[in-house]
Amino acid sequence: MGTLELRQSLTGHRGRVWNVCWHPLGSCVASCGEDKTIRIWVSKGSQWVIKTILTEGHTRTIREIAWSPCGNYIASVSFDATVAIWDKKSGQFECNTTLEGHENEVKSVSWSCGGQLLATCSRDKSVWVWEVNDDDYECAAVINAHSQDVKKVRWHPTSDILASASYDNSLKIFKEDTADSDWLCVSTLTSHTSTVWSLSFNSAGDRLASCSDDRTVKIWQEYKPGNEAGISTPNDEPVWKCVCTLSGYHTRTIYDIDWCKKTGLIVTACGDDIVRIFKEESDSDPNQPTFSMVCSNETSHTQDVNSVQWNPAEPGLVASASDDGEVKIWFYSD
Amino acid sequence: MDKYNYLDESNAEKLENVNPKLYKKADERQVTADDENEDVVDEFDSREVFDIVRNINDPEHPLTLEELKVVEEELIEVDNEKNNIVIKFTPTIPHCSMATLIGLSIRVLLLRTLPARFKITVEITPGSHTSEDAINKQLADKERVAAALENNHLLEVINQCIRIKD
Repeated sequence: MGTLELRQSLTGHRGRVWNVCWHPLGSCVASCGEDKTIRIWVSKGSQWVIKTILTEGHTRTIREIAWSPCGNYIASVSFDATVAIWDKKSGQFECNTTLEGHENEVKSVSWSCGGQLLATCSRDKSVWVWEVNDDDYECAAVINAHSQDVKKVRWHPTSDILASASYDNSLKIFKEDTADSDWLCVSTLTSHTSTVWSLSFNSAGDRLASCSDDRTVKIWQEYKPGNEAGISTPNDEPVWKCVCTLSGYHTRTIYDIDWCKKTGLIVTACGDDIVRIFKEESDSDPNQPTFSMVCSNETSHTQDVNSVQWNPAEPGLVASASDDGEVKIWFYSD
Repeated sequence: MDKYNYLDESNAEKLENVNPKLYKKADERQVTADDENEDVVDEFDSREVFDIVRNINDPEHPLTLEELKVVEEELIEVDNEKNNIVIKFTPTIPHCSMATLIGLSIRVLLLRTLPARFKITVEITPGSHTSEDAINKQLADKERVAAALENNHLLEVINQCIRIKD
């Protein structure tokens, strides 16, 4: 078993903290929550200190934030049904663009790897894809593929493929049809038996991990047409199959999951207050992989853990956010 | 626009259950010597949780959830050590459109009253409602509950339900 050592607790938010997101260079971390603020914390020596508090962008809870790949923009989404884009052209982060269109609470936001596309999803059951051109945001697609509240959207790490997770218990994969530039659902991933709260791709983008209210984590493998395993691919589209289910580890809803692009470790955020870490066995069969829990940090927080994310630059560094109002910085070592 | 946002139901005006059955109220909690002894730690028990929720008002009748047998002490489980509370409630009729609102009122009152360490599960008594799975799923989704509680109209209705009458 490895150890998860607490580096620092960051206090300042009033009420529940919903999300944490690292800057792409890993030198600062943003958090948001029910107090309608975004807080940016920077590393100064061995300490993390508050650098900026962004207010007045939203009138209700801020559910999620996402740094653009260049690190110059932050997108935030809120229960107030809007998406805010913050830039630092004036030297300080300011909200200069608000995107409207969703009918009610916006739950998640994600930038594509190149930063040219932005995806959002909402309780209104839709996923929106926005095209980004020099600070101009145009809606490229409204996708009504889910039958319920959409909880999470995440772009593929290297190509313009989008994945979503929903209250309808499924995950879906979307791709642009180059013939008529329409966004289509190319795959529906069914296996979870309750709400899918979050998902994360691995570094190659040929696997994804999902977590659910059914208290399991599932690993999905992409099989391309002509794959060696002999998995049939109707319509010449890749097929995603559930190749591993991790059950019996989490005692309540799993709210978030993150697959480290550097180490391959998977971290989960659970409603039982615990942050857990999973590692693939070294002799694991790629078509039937086995993962084992390498760390379970009892009472990581004093209430539900809502969000976890690996630092993109420093292997082992993890940030978590909780209903207890705290953001915590951890270091995992084998 | 749906009236309660969170509830996803449109008509909440007309009375659905015109003549609900009335039940006898429980006696007051018997105070024991230990209750008054400051040196004894009083752990939360089902009776204490019941005493918190028994006086919630029904959304459509001037009666409490106890008088309508929507809540009962026997259907409340408290595990102090594990910080777990499971409370089951029984709608007066199996297609009651108020079920989500009642469950939400129980949830909100317990969230405001009990220490934050408790994980509170509010569910419909199995077999007592035609949409129990869908309602249980909504009540268990803390994100949707949080969004609902930012809806001022809904919050006003809930506050009316959990207000103790003079």
